[in-house]
Amino acid sequence: MSKDIKIKKGLDIKLIGEAEQTVENAIVSNFYTIKPEDFHSIIPKLVAKQGTRVKAGETLFFNKDNEAMKFVSPVSGEVTEVQRGPRRRIDAIKITADKEQTYVDHGKFDLSADAEKTKAHLLASGCWSFIKQRPYDVIAKADSTPKAIFISGYASAPLAADLDFTLTGKEAELQAAVTALSKFTTGGVHISVGANSNSPLANLENATTYKVSGPHPSGNVGTLINKVNPVNKGETVWAVNAQDLVIIGELLLTGKFNPERIVALAGSSVKKPRYFRTKLGSEISTMIYDNGVERDSNDRFISGNVLSGKRVQPDGYLDYYSNVISVIPEGNDYELFGWNKPVFDKVSNTRALTFSWLTPNKKYDLSTNMNGEHRNFVLTGNYEQVFPLDIYPMQILKACLYKDLDEMEALGMYEVAPEDFALTEFVCVSKQPHQQIIRAGLDLMLEEIG
Amino acid sequence: MGLKQNLHNLREKYKGTKMAPAFNAIHTFLYTPNDTAHGGTHIKAADDLKRTMNTVIMALIPCLIFGMFNAGYQHYLAAGEIEAVSSGFFSSEFWSLQNFSLGFWKILPILIVSYGVGLGVEFLFAVIKGHEVEEGYLVTGMLVPLIVPIDIPLWMLVVAVIFGVVIGKEVFGGTGMNILNPALTIRAFLFFAYPTWMSGDKVWVEGAVERTREIANGSTADAISGETILGSLAQSHGVDYSVMDMFFGFIPGSIGETSTLLILLGGLFLIFTKIGSWRIMLSAVLGALVMGYIFNLVVAAGWITDTSKFYGLMNTEFWHHLLIGGMAFGIVYMATDPVTASQTNKGKWIYGFLIGFISIMIRVFNPAYPEGVMLAILLMNVFAPTIDHYVVQGNVKRRLKRAKLKTA
Repeated sequence: MSKDIKIKKGLDIKLIGEAEQTVENAIVSNFYTIKPEDFHSIIPKLVAKQGTRVKAGETLFFNKDNEAMKFVSPVSGEVTEVQRGPRRRIDAIKITADKEQTYVDHGKFDLSADAEKTKAHLLASGCWSFIKQRPYDVIAKADSTPKAIFISGYASAPLAADLDFTLTGKEAELQAAVTALSKFTTGGVHISVGANSNSPLANLENATTYKVSGPHPSGNVGTLINKVNPVNKGETVWAVNAQDLVIIGELLLTGKFNPERIVALAGSSVKKPRYFRTKLGSEISTMIYDNGVERDSNDRFISGNVLSGKRVQPDGYLDYYSNVISVIPEGNDYELFGWNKPVFDKVSNTRALTFSWLTPNKKYDLSTNMNGEHRNFVLTGNYEQVFPLDIYPMQILKACLYKDLDEMEALGMYEVAPEDFALTEFVCVSKQPHQQIIRAGLDLMLEEIG
Repeated sequence: MGLKQNLHNLREKYKGTKMAPAFNAIHTFLYTPNDTAHGGTHIKAADDLKRTMNTVIMALIPCLIFGMFNAGYQHYLAAGEIEAVSSGFFSSEFWSLQNFSLGFWKILPILIVSYGVGLGVEFLFAVIKGHEVEEGYLVTGMLVPLIVPIDIPLWMLVVAVIFGVVIGKEVFGGTGMNILNPALTIRAFLFFAYPTWMSGDKVWVEGAVERTREIANGSTADAISGETILGSLAQSHGVDYSVMDMFFGFIPGSIGETSTLLILLGGLFLIFTKIGSWRIMLSAVLGALVMGYIFNLVVAAGWITDTSKFYGLMNTEFWHHLLIGGMAFGIVYMATDPVTASQTNKGKWIYGFLIGFISIMIRVFNPAYPEGVMLAILLMNVFAPTIDHYVVQGNVKRRLKRAKLKTA
């Protein structure tokens, strides 16, 4: 069964350096790092102290609020460093990998088991960390019952990894994961795929498929939720990244936690953009230098896409949820009369002497320059052009800024995640940090309302 | 070490000091800063607020230049030294160097005072409050010379600009926070603080006031009439300008608002660049036409006869209202100010329509003060948040209803 979702509002930002569809095995990383900050709002309780030997899939730490929720090591090896920040907060857990990988064996899971057993299995094996919930865009509370579960199989963000390509041949794993997830809800599992795609997600059982078309953010899971079954007060929905279904599926089918992932290395700074087979938490230096960038180049490395990814240093690590590493030039230079001269080499959704509207198919080489300074909100109406959700973007941002919880709730705060505001942030002439504002607003609500 | 490097070093030197905003304001005019995106999106669209404001200024420049020619033209025409235009928009009587140079030397000081004083206040507030100098005044400073009479004394302008920027904007926290359009606040201040100067039939043509004074002192020269079309209509005098004169803008009025043709082009430019809201412009025009048409119907029905003091303006053909007075200018450049207008798309329709509607109503019913668009916009500025509130409530109610349906 498939339905159509068409988005009109939005903006496709076409960038140079899309990954070519070939997969290489990345150099095996010696070190893997898990950062608790990837699991927003989770307070970790460390199990594997420094010097502990762990197998792949063995618990590193658990959620302080729910001991059953484990977070596990992506590889087997030795925990060589636990980096701590202020107030002994755990910043990162570094694992030196063994040459020969050994796995914790959870055993093949019986897919006909009930929801409780499945839940316990996912919690214990570390796979729960891939399930996120809305409201608040955090890891799903284990005791919540989602009214529906959403998966986006269509990546519309700039330079995103093509999910049709990276998930090819993984139908069995995807099906296993979707079958397991479908036990948790009566509202069904909803999957979006590209309208013209040949997605391995298109024909899964126990799920409803939607063909989405239109500009970014048509592929965001937030758009899918809003169009299919928006979150109301008191309700919860879950969302899982398509590439993470593979890890869940493999665990269910084989009993192994194998966080292998096909990652795109993309961006205008990369000599030969392409895909790598690697594991989450591995060093990005294992991928970026071979036919990629020069050492000490003036580039921005992003774990994730250019709109909502995390900035990492060249010696940093692939974060827990990303399947793309974007590398674009740093724009830390001045531009003479940048504010009034005609602009041909940058993207804009206005026509104020900006000419990207003339060449809708041109690919751009954008840098990280702000193209201006931070200001109060001034212009109106431009966010709505790129924001397809039935929410007033500027009003909800302002409500977050002045911390009016009632208004935030009324305007639809339960439905949104920071990434939904990536495009409004991109086009904002006042250069306001929309995603940060929304994140802070969600955190405030989580704290006050819970 | 080039200019870029020198300025960069200076910027680093001033960083964190009181003078930083003042220095940055000048620096960023030369160079877009080297700031890069931190968290959030790592790439940003090409537009910033300076570019946005600059686009509006570009749309205003033709009006300013036309205003310079028109100032001279109205003066020499009233003095009887030149003939009226004879051959359309490009008439040589109008586009003469003589006209331009009189207007230029008359308007330049107004422009300098407007920008000098306004930006001075902005810089002062930026330094005191430690925020960056915001670009809002770039447009306000250009709007002000275009909406004042040519013979305005400069000291009056200074007082008004200070009032407008401080009370109209800075007390609320600067650009983006203000409730009233600063340029209109300045004009409203002028008109209510100095009514004898700012209304009547003298100030609109350069030299008219002075000539009146000379006559009073016993000079035998002819008086110069500086009456605007609205002024004479309000007194139920006839209009001796053709529709084309009004459309092209060869009429007395505030400096930059006479040429409906150039305002129309400016408006189309703003719509094309997506800087000005077409919703506001279109709905305001509709509102004005509807109100004007209602008045035409009232006259046609015979409820108002030519003995009434409202007859002159009510009987004006409804679409002529768009050509005379500051109506077109107000709709295109003032009503569309994003900060003080409605912020929701639906709200913009209501807001614009009411501006047009109320403008014509004030225009007709208030003959003592024949231009209504300024007051209409200021009034709607005050009501814009209310309009938005109800539009947003629509969205909120839909959300609540959805939740109720679920639980029911």
